[in-house]
Amino acid sequence: MSGVLLYKSELCGLIHFLVADQTVIAPVPLTHGQFKFAAVTTLEEIALDAIPTLLPPKKYFLPPQESLLQYDTTQGEKMQAEVAIEETVLFGLHTCDLAGIQCLDMVFADRPKDLHYMIRKQHFTLIGLECNDYCDSSANCAMLFNHLPKGGYDLFLTDLGDYYFVDINTHKGDLLVEKSGLFVPVTPAAQDNLQKLRQIKTKRFKSEIPIRYQDIKPLFEASFESNVWTDIGAKCLACGNCTNACPTCYCFDIVDEPEFDLTRGKRLRIWDSCQHENFARIAGGENFRKERGDRQRHRYNRKFHYPMERYKQIFCTGCGRCSRTCMARIDLKETFNALIEECR
Amino acid sequence: MEKIAVRNSGYQISRGRISRVTLLTETERLFTIVLQNNETLDHDPGQFVEVSRFGVGEVPISICSSPTRRDAFELCIRAAGRVTAALHRLKPGDEVGIRGPFGVGFPMTPLAASDVLLIAGGLGIAPLRSLVHYIIDNRRDFGKVDILLGCRDPQSMLFSAELEFWRQRIDINFLCSVDSAAAEWEGNIGLITALIPGVNLDPFKTIAITCGPSVMYRFVIAELLKKGIPPAHIYLSLERHMKCGLGKCGHCQIENLYCCQDGPVFSYPQIKNIRGALE
Repeated sequence: MSGVLLYKSELCGLIHFLVADQTVIAPVPLTHGQFKFAAVTTLEEIALDAIPTLLPPKKYFLPPQESLLQYDTTQGEKMQAEVAIEETVLFGLHTCDLAGIQCLDMVFADRPKDLHYMIRKQHFTLIGLECNDYCDSSANCAMLFNHLPKGGYDLFLTDLGDYYFVDINTHKGDLLVEKSGLFVPVTPAAQDNLQKLRQIKTKRFKSEIPIRYQDIKPLFEASFESNVWTDIGAKCLACGNCTNACPTCYCFDIVDEPEFDLTRGKRLRIWDSCQHENFARIAGGENFRKERGDRQRHRYNRKFHYPMERYKQIFCTGCGRCSRTCMARIDLKETFNALIEECR
Repeated sequence: MEKIAVRNSGYQISRGRISRVTLLTETERLFTIVLQNNETLDHDPGQFVEVSRFGVGEVPISICSSPTRRDAFELCIRAAGRVTAALHRLKPGDEVGIRGPFGVGFPMTPLAASDVLLIAGGLGIAPLRSLVHYIIDNRRDFGKVDILLGCRDPQSMLFSAELEFWRQRIDINFLCSVDSAAAEWEGNIGLITALIPGVNLDPFKTIAITCGPSVMYRFVIAELLKKGIPPAHIYLSLERHMKCGLGKCGHCQIENLYCCQDGPVFSYPQIKNIRGALE
């Protein structure tokens, strides 16, 4: 695939082109310097300078609540599996968001495949937007090399002043460029500018935590019995904000929602959190992760340790959402530093 | 938003009709279930299914009948929560939703031609029963068979009529022990671990399979190792809340293992160093 350029004066036209036949989702500002992904119809609504949104884009691929089955019990246990779809463009995805989506893809495409997720995912067009500088001090993307684009998008925009350098990654992206007619061919100067920006970024983005990528999994293996987990457990409120805000957390519960006549209804998949007290409890009352510290340790290991064994991939994207959202101020970078300090 | 049908969704259920309900104890009932169009469940001993009633919910239950008996399958269900209490109210002719079978069952290939030592504690007899029936139906494929059962008291003993049949068979050595009993009880009293030293076995020819509450495992494994059984010949079935059965929802996760897909039956070396598996 190749690259094209999009002049900033044409960005308005691009949004206009996209909203014509599909829903366009992009970051919009909230109060207190926060942002969220929401449906937009014009460029003016979009916050191009957004820091990671409160909830990650997973809320579109794995909705907080979705119907898996419609059931009707008037004549036995009858049901129909279903998925709600909508042609949607996600615009303004940062590299951390894209990394999160790639992780979810990996999980739900793993056998046995989750067809509900996979079917829905096909109806999305993903347009990324590069961060030229850090969003804030909570981010740890460079440590995981997620400050640079690593695929997972259809188009990827990089701000180079008067224009965006647009990387085309898929056939879908190619078609969009062709049909909209808003893009122009790449110039050698633009190629140069992109290279320069990437060089500047290499200087700007340095690993936020003093640890090498390959040492992360061993750190978590070595620190299983660490007091750091007890300390974090003492602070944790078990609210589940961190897992809701995490772009790669996908634990869920399955519950039935009957209609008022009790014969019909839906079987729903709803977000759950491994931080909740009853998450690992079984019928006899035994709870396999009873303490908050156990559950926080489980969460961290599910990002930095277990997926390395199952998917050969760290499931933290470095977006910093868990640290920003934590009411008890449990900070990912602080946790890391404490673990490194202890294992030194 | 447009809704489209999903064919072959992992969450779709098969309709199962309850053909018989047998009262086992005050809290446990045995459900005999026939799938729609008389389909066979096609399971391995030790696997489980997700059983549901629409409007109530879904629970994982281990299959307690053998795949050699193909026309129906059986689930032993303890009324332990909201969904199982609702299942207990069902009568013959009622329908349930069935998903599965899921997971890795008992190691049938290594088991054949080996001596078999089965150790069940309490409700752990339910999944092991699928294996016992399988062995009885293919008795010549297996070597010596010892079954040890431990439970709280004689009243909470499941499948008591059947246990009598196992006890009387000359090709099965069946022993049972209860934690406490009234004076007229003629059997053993004490923990199940006390029965293990007395079993006459060739440790290298024996595969031991144990199934019961998690507190039991550490002590049973220690006794088995004392008998000289190699760790790789010890298997156990772990209980977790397998909500989705598809290795996704996270409820049954033990470190990097999903009990629903990687288990519920694990070999001892597989989980020996997995923290949180045996505590």
